[in-house]
Amino acid sequence: MNNPEGEQGGEPAPVPRAIVAGHAAFSEGLVSAVQQIAGAGEVFLPLSNSGLGGEDIEAAFLTAAAEHRIRVFFTDLPGGSATLAVRRIMRADASIVLVTGANLATLLEFAFHSTGEPGEAARRAAEKGRASIVAHGGT
Amino acid sequence: MGIVLYRIDDRLIHGQVVVGWGQPLDIGFIVLVDDNVATCDWEQDLYRMGVPPEMDIVFASVDEAVRDHESMTSDPRHGILVTPDIETMNRFVERAGSVREVNVGGIHHRAGRIQKMRYVFLAAPEESQLRSLIDSGVKVTAQDVPTARPVPMTDVLGPPPEAGAP
Repeated sequence: MNNPEGEQGGEPAPVPRAIVAGHAAFSEGLVSAVQQIAGAGEVFLPLSNSGLGGEDIEAAFLTAAAEHRIRVFFTDLPGGSATLAVRRIMRADASIVLVTGANLATLLEFAFHSTGEPGEAARRAAEKGRASIVAHGGT
Repeated sequence: MGIVLYRIDDRLIHGQVVVGWGQPLDIGFIVLVDDNVATCDWEQDLYRMGVPPEMDIVFASVDEAVRDHESMTSDPRHGILVTPDIETMNRFVERAGSVREVNVGGIHHRAGRIQKMRYVFLAAPEESQLRSLIDSGVKVTAQDVPTARPVPMTDVLGPPPEAGAP
């Protein structure tokens, strides 16, 4: 039999390399867009702060990061509860990298260029995301 | 002017407070009342990071908040006073005196708490604390964002348990 589904020897399951976290379905939406555009949604693990208090958000992020050995977080608002939770995690683990204000351009850059040093990849992704914000038209 | 919203929110400073309420109420300052945060520089730096530059943030213990409440209420700007839990708000209101309304913005799930609303979970002692606040004449409503309908906590809690009931 030639590599049937569900048996050993198939493609290894994709491993996420970063967590995308934010309000409501922000992260799921962004990750689904990355999947639609680049077929690379598996690079990211989407998490939401919905229904969670500050301590539970931090615990959920810690658990997910440990389970998947993830060092990089992308969050929505710089002062949102997801960002604050990651900052608390960073206090105990200096190897964690955080990019706030993440947008689609940020994630696409990271999806294609994230095999090297996490901090460098995250900074490059942040630059790409920042550069993608442009106002057109008006006076 | 002065304090236009007294809020109980276990996330303290976050998007709903800074943006959700901050923008429509034209908030110029936030008073974060928490005895632990008031003594921890690292925690204060963390929350300061979440506040936009045009908004001031003041960290206060309950004692300090009571002491400075009069000057807060006479501030020409609009402000929000936020506490992490009901117990802290009760201690503040009891001594500050002039608070007429309290907003329950977020008390999330924790062991021992029962869900009352999507964003309000209460343990039995917290229910008692809320009833005590209401009985003191304060109007207490639950409302996570300004566009939501304020729900009286009397409706959420229902009638008080009968004395001696199990």
